[in-house]
Amino acid sequence: MSIGLHNSEFKNPVVRWIDQRMPVFTMMQKEYGTFPTPKNFNYFWNFGALAMVTLLIMIATGIFLSMNYAAHTSLAFDSVERIMRDVNFGWLIRYIHMNGASMFFIVVYIHIFRGMYYGSYKAPRELLWMLGVVIFLLMMATAFMGYVLPWGQMSFWGATVITNLFSAFPVVGNFIVELLWGGFSVDNPTLNRFFSLHYLLPFVIFGVVFLHVAALHITGSNNPLGIEPKGPQDTLPFHPYYTAKDSVGLVVYFIVFAVLVFFAPNYLGHPDNYIPANPLVTPPHIVPEWYFLPYYAILRAVPDKLGGVLLMFGSILVWFVLPWLDRSPVRSMRFRPLARPFFLLWTVCFLVLLWVGAKPAEGHYVLIARIATAYYFAYFLVILPLLGRLERPLPLPESISRPVLGGGPLPAGAAAKPMEKA
Amino acid sequence: MLRTSFKALALAIGLFAAAPAHAAGEAIAIPDTKFSFDGVFGTYDRASAQRGFQVYKEVCAACHSLRLLSYRNLRELGLTEAQVEAIAAGYQIVDGPNDEGQMFERAGRPADRFRKPFANDAAARAANNGALPPDLSVMAKARAGGADYLYALLIGYVDPPAGVTVMDGMHYNKYFPGYQIAMGAPLNPDQVDYADGTKATVEQMARDVSTFLQWAAEPELEQRRALGVKIIIFLTILAGLTYAVKRKVWADVEH
Amino acid sequence: MADTTQAATDGAPRRDFLMLVTGAFAAVGVGAIAWPFIASLQPAKDTLALASTDVDLAPIAEGQAVTVMWRGKPVFVRNRTAKEIEEARAVPANSLPDPASDQSRVQKDQWLVLIGICTHLGCVPTGQKATDARGEFGGWFCPCHGSHYDTSGRIRKGPAPRNLDVPQYAFTSDTKIKIG
Repeated sequence: MSIGLHNSEFKNPVVRWIDQRMPVFTMMQKEYGTFPTPKNFNYFWNFGALAMVTLLIMIATGIFLSMNYAAHTSLAFDSVERIMRDVNFGWLIRYIHMNGASMFFIVVYIHIFRGMYYGSYKAPRELLWMLGVVIFLLMMATAFMGYVLPWGQMSFWGATVITNLFSAFPVVGNFIVELLWGGFSVDNPTLNRFFSLHYLLPFVIFGVVFLHVAALHITGSNNPLGIEPKGPQDTLPFHPYYTAKDSVGLVVYFIVFAVLVFFAPNYLGHPDNYIPANPLVTPPHIVPEWYFLPYYAILRAVPDKLGGVLLMFGSILVWFVLPWLDRSPVRSMRFRPLARPFFLLWTVCFLVLLWVGAKPAEGHYVLIARIATAYYFAYFLVILPLLGRLERPLPLPESISRPVLGGGPLPAGAAAKPMEKA
Repeated sequence: MLRTSFKALALAIGLFAAAPAHAAGEAIAIPDTKFSFDGVFGTYDRASAQRGFQVYKEVCAACHSLRLLSYRNLRELGLTEAQVEAIAAGYQIVDGPNDEGQMFERAGRPADRFRKPFANDAAARAANNGALPPDLSVMAKARAGGADYLYALLIGYVDPPAGVTVMDGMHYNKYFPGYQIAMGAPLNPDQVDYADGTKATVEQMARDVSTFLQWAAEPELEQRRALGVKIIIFLTILAGLTYAVKRKVWADVEH
Repeated sequence: MADTTQAATDGAPRRDFLMLVTGAFAAVGVGAIAWPFIASLQPAKDTLALASTDVDLAPIAEGQAVTVMWRGKPVFVRNRTAKEIEEARAVPANSLPDPASDQSRVQKDQWLVLIGICTHLGCVPTGQKATDARGEFGGWFCPCHGSHYDTSGRIRKGPAPRNLDVPQYAFTSDTKIKIG
């Protein structure tokens, strides 16, 4: 082998020539071909791949939309309608992008709930989890700015309400808000910078996703039992087993996506956004898109403006420290009979917050929102830390597959962990 | 298994309960009207839509613009090129400036957008007691209930119930949020002389113009649904195939 | 692949056929996804609606010319005098850099309709107004690199390779044409 060339195993001359100089094929073979993956994944492990595919779909449709979109307050609404009516298949590209945002959040929420249930955030996967939270925050920023672009009533007023929140911060509040707006209210400068950043952030997300997958490939994947693979008998090469299985999930995902796009494209949206933005007329009920509703509910649950803002951001920032709040040595909630109902209750609480976020902040809805917010935080800050100490978990199985036949060296990276009970 | 399905079910319920909760608070129940475009396989009744266009043209266009549509779009309703050219030519469209720097009026062409009844919003308000008649291009998507709501609104002008005072310049409508609307009842029996001879009752005109406005808001509806059917059938077959492949690939693995 | 070692004798061809059909289906799907994106790049319906322009010839006096916009390009419409027509016809067609008879470039002798873009590098030649430079052949002159066009819009002198293009047009009446 010549100096400076990678020792490539590939036989095909063209592939080999490239691989010797930049071992992308070797890398793909290692990371997605032979990569040892636990053999006991259920379909919840499909959702990360679905999120990746959705990100690519959003970028592709977004690029084609921006070929016809005009980011100016006097043109934006009409340019979107021109895409819907005059651009060939413009309606399709627009509806895929619009509903793709909802699908992206559905898929990522399920992906997050999987991580919480099976303890995927615990050591050694803390950084993997935190990178995921960063991706989620970037997704929220991207979706928020994207929703402003059609310049409908909800676009304008949603932007006004959320940017105004930053004025709650003492001393620097107004400075921040005017910086965000580029003026004294949400107007053309705001729209233009939101368009620029909305185009940029998905590529930042792509970069963080790369880091997220890289971190995953150092620790290896978690699995429904929450115990580390002990040898090759516990894993399968990613290809063809999980390429085949993920394909099934992908097609089913596309069916759900297609039902939405082709038969109910405006179901998850709000009719008010088909009214052109009017700074003088406030809609009777300003509601963000459904994926923001839980945090909107938390925001409004607190009577104090600054308190509401802090708790709203806090509700996601608390995810960062989850690996250190939950000290239980057992990963998967399958073996945590006490934690499991608390977590399921937390999931219900999240859905309750989602539901109440769309209701007016009046009457009994206020009480419901406050109770749900209290439980939301209590789960992370009180229940999980206590359970870590007090819970008696069920006995863990010996290994992922049947009891290990004969010994054999452990695969690299699968050293005995303090996580597992003997 | 049960655990996971519980979670999935909870998520699904949560999602679908949340979504239509946008029209929260004092939402007025809108009666469900049967339209030809309802349901998964519904299509636009072209005859009804053409009558609806006639209603728009002769009644609504006096105050309401349709600025996102062009006359050439009427071809999709089944009008011929000659009919569309004649309709367009019936309007004077502002164009220019000419070589003297003046704006001038010329006969409309199919490529032109629908002519606006007022030059700008201020003129529209001045002519309507301060109220702005909204553009109708996407009205069927801009109101909860869509075409059902538009129909209900147009037939919803009734006498106010006892004890309710209607403010000056307003009119009582039992389906309009707040019950008082600035627009007076726009439809009267036999107001339009339908070209195809259909009797122009208020309900008929309301139904036809609602169909027309639904088409105006979603002209791609039929193509979208037809494509959707094909794609979902294709994906269902592909789902079966990929599942069979998955089973074969995993056949020799204990799982 | 672990399964190749355990392939049943008749399981393998069935599995391969299944993989083939599935792969083909998936490939069709991927191809079908690409089409709407490519189609969206083609001219949109509002662009196609403006693909034709009507020109009223009545206001154009003899010897006068007007410039109209068509598909974003200038189009020269000249009402030629008898003298201009004669000059155009007097030249033998095959002696020209881009041979073409005058008759082949007009539908009615007096009306000359040309795309006003120099075939060299795309400048707009002068010559529409009587006060403009018209070059040595009484037609048009391109100031960018000195191409001379005659009263039939044909290149006579200079670097342009082709005559000024004649767009597709038709007379919709004696005094109206529809370009495109």
